[in-house]
Order: sequence, then structure tokens, then C-alpha cells
Amino acid sequence: MVEFTLPKNSRVTDGKVWPKPDGATNTREFRVYRWNPDDGKNPRVDTFTVDLHDCGPMVLDALLWIKNKIDPTLTFRRSCREGICGSCAMNIDGVNTLACTKDMGEIKGSVTVYPLPHQPVVKDLVPDLTNFFAQHALVQPWLQTETVAPEKEWTQSKEDREKLDGLYECILCACCSTSCPEYWWNPDRYLGPAALLHAYRWVIDSRDEATGERLDQLEDPFRLFRCVTIMNCSKACPKGLNPAKAIAELKKLMVERQKT
Amino acid sequence: MKSTSIRTPIGKVRGLGSAKSGTEHWWEMRLTSIALLPLTLAAIVIVISLIGRNHAAVVQILGSPLVAITMLLWVYAVTLHMRLGLQSVIEDYVYGKAMKTGLLIGNTFLTIVLWLACTYAILKLSFGV
Repeated sequence: MVEFTLPKNSRVTDGKVWPKPDGATNTREFRVYRWNPDDGKNPRVDTFTVDLHDCGPMVLDALLWIKNKIDPTLTFRRSCREGICGSCAMNIDGVNTLACTKDMGEIKGSVTVYPLPHQPVVKDLVPDLTNFFAQHALVQPWLQTETVAPEKEWTQSKEDREKLDGLYECILCACCSTSCPEYWWNPDRYLGPAALLHAYRWVIDSRDEATGERLDQLEDPFRLFRCVTIMNCSKACPKGLNPAKAIAELKKLMVERQKT
Repeated sequence: MKSTSIRTPIGKVRGLGSAKSGTEHWWEMRLTSIALLPLTLAAIVIVISLIGRNHAAVVQILGSPLVAITMLLWVYAVTLHMRLGLQSVIEDYVYGKAMKTGLLIGNTFLTIVLWLACTYAILKLSFGV
């Protein structure tokens, strides 16, 4: 049966309360998930106090401040700090989002920071996304054609290009897939919203010639049809995209070629 | 999905491949949903009209072909819809292979028994025996 409790070695315990910065008048409390694969201990939640006069407005600014000023062992991914690389996706105040674009002013009380849900943890806030990226590879996210490649480039009408808007912007941060209960229960068989959004992006690309084969790959009760349209994915997406709609469009194409 | 497996990630997610079905299940779920909107309303009205009536009156009401066929259609759509829905619940929340297969078989059997029992009851009353 489905497990309703965490395994014993995954139960989160109270962690260290780090000293407050001296003389700081404007502070914010951060409660951050910590887990070290090397110490054999359970995960814990550490409490840090951040001096807001000395720190930028985003959650990522606070995490960097903690790493620089309090605990250099705090581990997380980050790169672009402007919402385009997708590295710093984590669960902040109970919602999957990018730490670099999440304004801590929008959060009431102390700020809780956990890794993306239901993924194996590598360390602290770093999840193992191997399976997630393998699913992205499964949908073969590249142009497939039999026609000999033209000398310059594959052309596309303006209208056909516009169909890719709202899809090509995905940065594969995994906020959507890891917010989806169907993905939690069946991560090995359900492809999840991110991979399906990419699948749809290539299915409706007017230049692609493998549309039918792509749909064949998705014709499966788990890969595509596990989705029951609860739309956590669209709510979570920090880029404002709509993976739930892309999935619905895929289902409509399945019906179109079989039923109507 | 054990992370200790030495199978490659892409090998794992490809698994046994696409089942080449799934649209049928999804489509049937929609068809039964559409059918159940008017049928359920009609069934509620019919059942309310039967409350407090004696056997003879029930036989008379269900003796109408329109009433009997509406009830038969409702029973058919509702049991099919139930089977499809319960199947998804079992697939999502039951992990053990034996348990899962057993429940999926039981779900189909239960549905057929329920459908047949209800259909038999309606027909019996409708034909006044």
C-alpha cells in the first residue's frame, strides 16, 4: 500500500538554532532542511536569523548570506540568480519555486526552505533529478525529420512559430513535476508535467515529421494518462507556463487520431 | 525505484515500453460522465417517486419502458464509471504486485456482479414477476 509515514531514517528532527547576528535590528528567521549523507543522522531543520540590512530581497540572497556569514556547509544549487537556469528550484514556504525569483517579503513569518518534494536528496537542498532528466530524454526533445535538411534552415510560418510560445520557455527546473501527486506515486512510469510539456512542444512543431511516433510513445495509461488535471503543475511553474494545458492538448490529439 | 540499481536512467524510464493503449480508458471515462449527468438526475427522480410505494405500485412504475430503460442505462453507466475510477485508484495507491493484481481482478468481478444484480432486479420488477 501507499506509505503514509516517512521511513525511520527520513524523519525530520529539530536541528541547530544558530546564533542571531550581533546588533542586527531588521531580521528574518529561516528554517532550512539539512541532511548530510556522511554523518548517518536523520534530516533536521536548522534555524538561522538573517540580517536584512545586509542582504538582498530574494530567498536565494538569504541562502547565500547564510552560507557566507553563518554556515559555509549549507548546500544548494544556484547559478544565474535571475530565473533562467532553473538550478535553485526548491520548496519555499510550502510551494515549489525558484529561490532567486521568490521575494521573501511575500512570505509571512519565518521562511521554511525544503528540497523539492519526493526526490532522493543528495545533500541539504540538492535533490537527485536523474530520473526527471531521463524522462525528458525519453520524449526525444529534438527535431526529427526524414526530408533532407535544407541548406540554410527549416522554415516555419509565423503562426506555426507562435504555437511554441508558452512551451519553449520551460527551463526544466522540476518545480511542476515534483508538485504533482501522480508523479509522487508513479515517478517510474508517469512522465510528469515537465517532460509532457516538452513532448507537446515537439508534437506541435510544424517542422517535425515524427508526430505519430511521438504520440505512439505517449499512448500509455501511465506515461500520459496518469494525469488527472489537478493543475498543481501550472500553479507551481515559476515561469508562468501551463503544463496542464499542454497535457490536455496531448490527450485531445490522442482522441482526434483514434475517436473522432 | 531503487537508486542503487545499476541500470541506466534512460533504460529505467523506458521500462517495458508504451502500452499502446490508454486513450480508450480516458474516453470511456468521459463518455460515462456525460451520460451520467442526465441519467443520474432521472434516476434520482424515479427513486424518489418510488419511496413509500408498495410492490404493486413499483411494478407499475417500472413497467413503463421509458422508466425501466432509463434505470438500466443508469446502472450500466454508473457501474462502468465505477470500475474505471476504482481501477485508477488501485493503480495509484496499491504497490504490492499480488495485492494490486488481485484487487484489479476483484474490481472487474465486483462490477459485473453489481451490474447484473441491479439489471436483474429492474427487469424482474419491470416485467411484474
